[in-house]
Amino acid sequence: MTATTTVAEGAPRREQGGGHHGGRPAPDPWRSRLCRWDLRYSPYAFVAPFFLFFTVFGLFPLLYTGWASLHRIELTSPGRTEWVGLHNYARLLGNEFFWNALRNTATIGVLSTVPQLLMALGLAHLLHYRLRAATFWRVALLTPYATSVAAATLVFVLLYGRDYGMVNWALRGVGIGPVDWQSGTWSSQIAVSSIVIWRWTGYNALIYLAAMRAVPDDLYEAAALDGASRARQFRHVTLPALRPTVLFTVVVSTIGATQLFGEPLLFGGAGGQKGGASRQFQTLGLYLYEQGWFNFHLGRACAVAWSMFLILLLIAAVNALLARRLRQDR
Amino acid sequence: MTPGYRARPRRRAVFLAVAAVLVLGAALLGGCARGDGGRGRTTVTIGTFGVFGYQQAGLYREYERLHPDVAVKESVIERNDAYYPQLLTHLAAGSGLLDIQAVEVGDIHELATAQGGLFEDLSAAKGVHRRDWLPWKWEQATTRDGRTIGLGTDIGPIAMCYRKDLFRRAGLPTAREAVGRLWAGDWRKYLTTGLAYKKRAPAGTVFTDSAAGIYNASVHGYAERYYDRRSRPIWSNSPAVRASWELAVRAARDGLTARLKQFEKPWDQAYANGRFATVACPPWMLGYIKEKSGPAGKDKWDVAPAPRPANWGGSFITVPKAARHKAAAVDLAVWLTAPAQQARLFERQASIPSTPASYAMPEVRDAHNPYFGGAPTGAIFAAAARAVPTLVYGPKEQQIGGAFTDVGIPQVEQQGKPPGAGWRAAQQEIENAVDE
Repeated sequence: MTATTTVAEGAPRREQGGGHHGGRPAPDPWRSRLCRWDLRYSPYAFVAPFFLFFTVFGLFPLLYTGWASLHRIELTSPGRTEWVGLHNYARLLGNEFFWNALRNTATIGVLSTVPQLLMALGLAHLLHYRLRAATFWRVALLTPYATSVAAATLVFVLLYGRDYGMVNWALRGVGIGPVDWQSGTWSSQIAVSSIVIWRWTGYNALIYLAAMRAVPDDLYEAAALDGASRARQFRHVTLPALRPTVLFTVVVSTIGATQLFGEPLLFGGAGGQKGGASRQFQTLGLYLYEQGWFNFHLGRACAVAWSMFLILLLIAAVNALLARRLRQDR
Repeated sequence: MTPGYRARPRRRAVFLAVAAVLVLGAALLGGCARGDGGRGRTTVTIGTFGVFGYQQAGLYREYERLHPDVAVKESVIERNDAYYPQLLTHLAAGSGLLDIQAVEVGDIHELATAQGGLFEDLSAAKGVHRRDWLPWKWEQATTRDGRTIGLGTDIGPIAMCYRKDLFRRAGLPTAREAVGRLWAGDWRKYLTTGLAYKKRAPAGTVFTDSAAGIYNASVHGYAERYYDRRSRPIWSNSPAVRASWELAVRAARDGLTARLKQFEKPWDQAYANGRFATVACPPWMLGYIKEKSGPAGKDKWDVAPAPRPANWGGSFITVPKAARHKAAAVDLAVWLTAPAQQARLFERQASIPSTPASYAMPEVRDAHNPYFGGAPTGAIFAAAARAVPTLVYGPKEQQIGGAFTDVGIPQVEQQGKPPGAGWRAAQQEIENAVDE
């Protein structure tokens, strides 16, 4: 903003002045015009690549998917595209599998996001103390985030094996019978959530840690002078200061949870797109994938994609409302 | 000079560098796209899924020796469920197709009916003799108007692999002829044997790996399974499905199965631990069993005939009309699927040829598998192959089969649901998959 105003003001002044300032040679009008354009337009040029790529790989697919979701398109006979209006959406609303996937997405989302953020907050609080080898701990927290979904999930599949898995081996040690992690509804959802938690807790902890670092020390000093314990300081100083950050992580985690795909797919092994024999851990992402690339109903898959998009918009709206409420409270 | 001016030469250098990289990249890409193996050679590309074994058996090398002007380049996608959708997308786009594309038996009918026009008719190609192939194999890749879009590669006649050591300890016969007689002609006798095994089973072992495996082995022995000869859907009441479902469910409920999912890690681990005594095995599974059972399983496994002849799996190779080097691709496809080459592939890869002429060749006729107690695998599988009925295929074969093996049966076997619920879930699954 400031840059554009100075240029706008500067330009007429130079024309009025006309080169009589302090005997300096008159600036070349062509060059100064270039300078002006440079200042005015180059910011756009700098952000343009993003928007260009977004248009090609984001906006266009988004709109095209919307168009395709209003048609019957089968991958087995792609030449035949037939306008069906909202049929695909109507079919989704009446489809038990879709609601099942939506429900699973929500429960796995809650099962993974809530413990994840709470643990991240706790870890960040611990890391906020003066520690030996602080950098080491921070890097260690980030390593799960840096591993690939596939590699991590395959290891978790082995851990959660029914017959030879390590989790069941440990449970047997404390006298709990072997759990068939993949077959049960809750057990499978907990298993999938644990993979998500393992991968993302450290990432969120670092974000919280960064926000904690930004809380002014004098607030803590004042609280300490007033006799507040560490726990009270955390509740009454740290948490309120972290509110916007918490909101940010909640939004990001919710988006991630809505799009959950790789973990349940690989957890299910061959035929993982179904999310288990009773679709007990099929998320919306898997349902989309199954409809499109296993049953070859591309139009219907597009409708699922757009439904997911609308759900995300809804979540964003709720979040925005909550954020406004929070700000007003303060 | 202002700083801006001084920066100019550097900017030009950067521009030149970027341009050079772009030009170089374009040249490299162009080189790839043209696909000429240098010195005026034609590069024929072939796309497969899993391990076809052409490379491993040295067939490409030999073809290149016989045809010095041709180079063969294979590109492999491991799983068909990733390979096939990509093939469909490329067909739709009319680009990105390789010169030869492999197709799995479960998908070939769909391509032949819906998109047969996009493939070359190979029945008229030089060197192709329809009588070389098993009649049912030839039929599967033939369109309604009589064009044959794929040449048969291997097939999957089913035998029964069993553990001699476990059979002995359970008081069952161990010689392969005697074992075959235990269940000859009827899958229900196989379950009876299973109950006998269960009574005296060695600790920690069960009769077979999975109920879905039994279902697959049984259902693929019937001519009409999911569609009848007039392409009408019969998946809810065909005798094939009903009988195979009953078998699988009974095996699961009687506790004859290890409740495993085939081709999953726990299945591999169970092989290594010798947890089950029998598994229905097409020839392509022998290598897998050997690998997963490891040295500890040597001379413990053997191969007996299955209760009824059946065919599970097998493939075709096709030449899309949009292929770049169509003529050269057809020549290569014909050569690769000729009886002599199929026999050699069997020697290396244990893939049973779809060309009966190969069965009399020494590579197949005299083949014994040392890992499986020297079993005459060539003779066993060839005998099964000749007795397989002409299987009728229809659209969405894979999805329908999966509804039983991945949904209905596991619900009963692994989640303990009543058979009626499993059956309804499988039917609902099919309705959802085939509904357009």
